[in-house]
Amino acid sequence: MMVFKETWIVFNRSMRLSLRNPMWSILMLSQPLMYLFLFGPLLKPITAQISQGATTNAYQVFIPGLIVQLGMFGAMFVGFGLIAEYRAGVIEADRVTPASRIALMAGRVLRDVVVLVAQTVLLLLAALPLGLRAPWGGVLLSLVIVALLGATFASLSYSVALITKSEDALAPLLNGIAMPLLLLSGILLPMQIGPTWLQRLSDISPLKHVVTGVRALFRGDITSSSSLWGLFWVILLTAVGLAVGARTFKKESA
Amino acid sequence: MLISQTARMMIEARGLVRTFKTKRGPVQAVQGVDLTVADGEIVGFLGPNGAGKTTTMRMLATLIKPTSGTATVAGCDLAKDPVGVRRRIGYVAQSGSTLPEAIAGDEVVDHARLYGVDKKKAIADGQALFEQLDLPGLWRRQCKTLSGGQRRRLDIVMGLIHDPKLIFLDEPTTGLDPQARANLWEHIRRLRERGATIFLTTHYLDEADALCDRILVIDHGKIVGAGKPEELKQQVSGDAVRLSLADASQAPSVTKVVQELPGAVAVETDGDVVAFRIPKGGSVLPSLLRSIDAQGIELDGVEVHRPTLDDVFLTMTGRSLRDEDIPATDEKEAVA
Repeated sequence: MMVFKETWIVFNRSMRLSLRNPMWSILMLSQPLMYLFLFGPLLKPITAQISQGATTNAYQVFIPGLIVQLGMFGAMFVGFGLIAEYRAGVIEADRVTPASRIALMAGRVLRDVVVLVAQTVLLLLAALPLGLRAPWGGVLLSLVIVALLGATFASLSYSVALITKSEDALAPLLNGIAMPLLLLSGILLPMQIGPTWLQRLSDISPLKHVVTGVRALFRGDITSSSSLWGLFWVILLTAVGLAVGARTFKKESA
Repeated sequence: MLISQTARMMIEARGLVRTFKTKRGPVQAVQGVDLTVADGEIVGFLGPNGAGKTTTMRMLATLIKPTSGTATVAGCDLAKDPVGVRRRIGYVAQSGSTLPEAIAGDEVVDHARLYGVDKKKAIADGQALFEQLDLPGLWRRQCKTLSGGQRRRLDIVMGLIHDPKLIFLDEPTTGLDPQARANLWEHIRRLRERGATIFLTTHYLDEADALCDRILVIDHGKIVGAGKPEELKQQVSGDAVRLSLADASQAPSVTKVVQELPGAVAVETDGDVVAFRIPKGGSVLPSLLRSIDAQGIELDGVEVHRPTLDDVFLTMTGRSLRDEDIPATDEKEAVA
């Protein structure tokens, strides 16, 4: 299939460029690392309380939130790179080739997912000496969820970037979306400890269910309804994200 | 007969219209453009900023869809087979085509591979084009380290890498210094020797004049004139002739002689200078000078100027191409 070959070509080009300038990927990782070292210890004494006795391992509660956060924020800002490519004329040059429009997006999204998974693995390794313990199966499945989440947010970010074509529009837009998503997802603290109205509000956010799912996976409850719902939501999000992205890349103004 | 004629046309567009939605309402950037470009021609699209040149070119290169109208480009129907068009054309955009951080050769090879050229051939062809376009030793250089002229030639390499039959060049020399421009013109002329057809946009008259076999003048989204540079210039009422007199008091008698010349128009007297326009100024000059001499009038100097494309543009549109305050449609805003 041509589209796979073309995706591979675009992926290779993007990956080569990312590796030439790895600072950005390193900077994106520094944020969750700071949370890990500067916020994580605060959770230790209250873990049993906030997890309502499900675990006493603070990092089993906290790390799932952090990797979902990384999946979201790590991929959310890739649109800035696309605007830079647009300004340099690269997108236009890509679009005059006979290559599939979907491949032009998919190759870039694939690069973002690979970078993201590498960042996540580094984050997990850094959490090991702090006392993170989790079953292999749960961690692997969580990595898949993070990868899918990354693909979703990367596609959406590219889509918005192509429509706005301006960093000035993209930055406040992304931040405006990111803040409520972060606060309502229970990434930092589980939503169960909040008042009922806040819990109900957070139930609307699919990300909250994803975080709850990844927490269950880290406890080893792979077949629990929480993990299955988490998987369901992330797959649905990915389908929507990729469809929106593909549509924008296909559209004439892209 | 009809088929063979069509086959020799690289571009045939009929009634191309493009309307952009903007905050201030719809703007018709291109208002019914018909054009044909024959195989092997260099055709220039001349017009001020915002005249619809780039929009028309982007439509022909499959980057935006016409609001209405049809076109056959490089033998493929624009609406039905855009992928076929893309395979056969090269497009060099005004904005460039490479990322500043990327390695020049890598960008060329990846671009070629998106056309289905295999890696080995892409490297061989790319390096050969680097030689031809005066970019020796720059294959492994970061794009941002290249000069403006080199970067532009790199864009052209990107556009040529799959050996297209038809090449679109959007404002190829904008922003280059005079030497780099002249050098690039040389390269563009050589592209034709490879058998390529070239369609370029420019708002430089000298560029259109120096490069193009044929010029299409576009203004406010409509083609207002077309022809060879020489033909277009002849449409302007002749050459400009200036006679400088030794004695200003003799100006009325010279004016009288000039006014009797068949074809002389726009006769103006300014002190000791008599200026007028006349077709084929060079050939009427000898007899004119004899009759002035016969009246015992002494001349200080004679100048004959061939009309420039600037004069052509002025005649066709009523304004100069050099007017910078032409209200331009902001195409980027409009596209979004």
